[in-house]
Amino acid sequence: MNSRIASIAFNTFREAVRDRVLYNLIAFALLISVAAILVGEISIDIERLVVVNLGLTAVSLFGVVIAIFIGIGLVSKEIDKRTLYTVLSRPVRRWEFVVGKFFGLTGTLVVNTFFMALGVFLALLYVAHKFEKADVWLLAALYFIVLQFLIVCALSLFFSSFSTPLMSAVFTFALFVIGNLAEDLRGFARMTPGVGGGLATIMAYVVPNFSALNVISQVAHGDAVPARLLLYNTIYAALYSAMAISGAVLLFQRRNLK
Amino acid sequence: MAAIEILDLEKSYRVGFWRQRPKLALRPLRLTIEQGEVFGFLGPNGAGKTTTLKLLMGLVFPTAGTARILGMGLDDPRVKSQIGFLPEQPYFYDHLSARELLNYYGRLSGLSAKACSARVEQLLGRVGLSDSAGLQLRKFSKGMLQRVGLAQAILHDPKLVFLDEPMSGLDPMGRREVRDLIQQLRSEGKTVFFSTHILSDAEALCDRVGIIHQGELRGVGAVAELTSQTKGKVEVIFVAPAVPAGLANLGADARVSGDMVNAVLPEEQQEAALELLRRERLKLISLTPVRNSLEEYYVQKLRPAENRKGASA
Amino acid sequence: MTSTRRVNMVAGAVLLLSMAGGVVALNTIDQMHHRAAMQDALYLRSSRVLRRLSLGYTGLLADIYWTRTVQYFGEQHHSRSGDFRLLAPLLQITTELDPRLLPAYQFGATFLSPPPPNGPGLPQSALSLMQFGIEHNPDQWRLYYNLGFLYYTEFKDYPRAADAFARGAKLPVTSPYMPILAARMAQHAGELDTARMLWFTTYQSTKEASVREIAAQHLLALQIDEEVTRLEQAIEKYRQSGRSPASMADLERAGLVHGIPADPTGHPYKLMPDGRIEVQNPENFRFITKGLPKSAARTQSPQSPESASK
Repeated sequence: MNSRIASIAFNTFREAVRDRVLYNLIAFALLISVAAILVGEISIDIERLVVVNLGLTAVSLFGVVIAIFIGIGLVSKEIDKRTLYTVLSRPVRRWEFVVGKFFGLTGTLVVNTFFMALGVFLALLYVAHKFEKADVWLLAALYFIVLQFLIVCALSLFFSSFSTPLMSAVFTFALFVIGNLAEDLRGFARMTPGVGGGLATIMAYVVPNFSALNVISQVAHGDAVPARLLLYNTIYAALYSAMAISGAVLLFQRRNLK
Repeated sequence: MAAIEILDLEKSYRVGFWRQRPKLALRPLRLTIEQGEVFGFLGPNGAGKTTTLKLLMGLVFPTAGTARILGMGLDDPRVKSQIGFLPEQPYFYDHLSARELLNYYGRLSGLSAKACSARVEQLLGRVGLSDSAGLQLRKFSKGMLQRVGLAQAILHDPKLVFLDEPMSGLDPMGRREVRDLIQQLRSEGKTVFFSTHILSDAEALCDRVGIIHQGELRGVGAVAELTSQTKGKVEVIFVAPAVPAGLANLGADARVSGDMVNAVLPEEQQEAALELLRRERLKLISLTPVRNSLEEYYVQKLRPAENRKGASA
Repeated sequence: MTSTRRVNMVAGAVLLLSMAGGVVALNTIDQMHHRAAMQDALYLRSSRVLRRLSLGYTGLLADIYWTRTVQYFGEQHHSRSGDFRLLAPLLQITTELDPRLLPAYQFGATFLSPPPPNGPGLPQSALSLMQFGIEHNPDQWRLYYNLGFLYYTEFKDYPRAADAFARGAKLPVTSPYMPILAARMAQHAGELDTARMLWFTTYQSTKEASVREIAAQHLLALQIDEEVTRLEQAIEKYRQSGRSPASMADLERAGLVHGIPADPTGHPYKLMPDGRIEVQNPENFRFITKGLPKSAARTQSPQSPESASK
């Protein structure tokens, strides 16, 4: 079982690489280099702030776009193109297929993030000329960004298992936007009485809480990230992803392939 | 133990957006295939051949009925290691090379890394793709893809091989190779179930055939039996500028083709015809009994129910 | 059990368990983190940048920040932390994103001025906020009302207060109290009745429950201050006879008070040994400036300009 999942994951990763997804890194590298150089020229005292804010936000956004872009096609593309026929005629369980795809996609994003993070640190070194102790918290912010990717990948895989690529992209993106406002949604739910509040509360729980995973401005100002938050965000991301993946598995189990 | 037992397998789809009408893609199908035989599943396009195969592969789920492969239910995971499948017009991961694809599939089929790569090389040779093994599949021609498809179907040495229109899109050379391969599989004792609408292939390769049309199994029979009967006619081919007089008296149906004449006449008149040729000093090319062809059986089975006579097989 | 059913059961179980666990984890995170999220407000100084960042959806963002403001205040108030330093930035951002979000100005007028532990103690910020509001909403009488109110209560600037009320009175749509307040401000600024009228107007005209509560508290405090002042005057009168009163009964016998004087909640006032009057439960009355125990002298702005403490 494990070797099959590993094979599928590796193949998914290989496909992403060969489909030139990682070329996005070049665009990112350009962006961050230009920004770093400009920042050095025009502003005083906030170079670190700008590089961290811009860099981490870019890592987050680029990654989400890739996660959605690849993720939506993971299952639906294979069904469309019928590459699944010869895979599923082998002793591969349908659920192993879904899980393998998930790990492949997240693996791709982790590798992608690693290179981007390198870029951010280099840019930081360039403008600030040295690292500060507080820079270690950037790693926490990056870790949270990776957790965010986990959830987005799980979601796009979930949608891909039953709807078309376009709709999957729309749904996943919508959830990403709303998820970033999740805390406000909960605040709104608390303030609204009656049915509206009840609905808002349900929505606030269903929607993934990306706002808790966004500590970019804090680390930009050098604030520490509490250990408890690290722990609980990890647990939450793991649970939410498990939820979306098991949903995808259940849907895919009974899917008639065209 | 039968290789494949299909017990009233049925598949219907719901068509239409508002008022969903059921469309029966496969009426309850009952069929048994024995181990070691080559079975041809014949029918026009849209008859339900591919649907049957997809049901057996677990790609779609039946609305009724069951099937067993080697005595195991369709969702038994052990089944998959015993079967190989080549779908119609197969698609594979474009970004992989033939070797990479086969290695990937081999691993998924449970072969160890070492065994897998050895076997992959062997199969690439067997289907004649050793030279292109490192080329990306997106650059493969249709014939080459078909060969990759065959390779992945028999990679893990399965007991049963399912082929959906294996000859489609191939040039005569390719078709010859596929036929040879199926013969080889048969001699290895494997069971081969393939669907096609090319009758001559079925006639040449299959032990038994089944005719399916509009989702319904119309007839099953052994090829040898179906084509053994003669129709009581013989076909005579001889060199002549035109049809000789007197041939018509024998009840012959003749036509000229080039510098030869091709005449079909009742068996009883065989000697009289030969006599005629000797008298006219015409050169005899061939004399063969006219057999029932599979085509006739096929066409007969395809006719709507009212028009069909009671079948002899 | 077939393999398919086994997989379905496991997947279903994972689904349900992760949903439940997710809810729990989410709640835990919620408590930890959302204070942190609002720290953003401290860092966003430039409204131009903020407008650009919101990609045109300024209205939505303003609404979000307004929701956060109200929540923030509620929590800080509830937890009695006394820390309201995010209130002014949050209100500033909200109004800069949507200058026509009137409830924000109302909120700021009421809650920015009170000093710790009830608020951030920033009457100047409240003033600037009102002026900003008037600039963008020149026809909203309530903004002028708030402005006049602030000038009166926080800054004792009666001419400016009168001016604000007068400008508000000239609007096509305005409250009938505005011209009266303008006139009173000009003539009788500094009287208890004026203060009482101001708070009563606020109480009557506002829709926000929290603001109404504050107004009621102020009215209560005004009454208590008035009663304490009268009681102290009575004590002075008694002393003119050469002796100090030992208890309320003495005052009553002297005919200076009727019955045992009690505060509006029914608790009798205490006559302290040193001759001062104190209320029974000073913690129930947030805004009184008289009748407090010696140790708890409040340094907030007085409701009635005649009281000595300042």
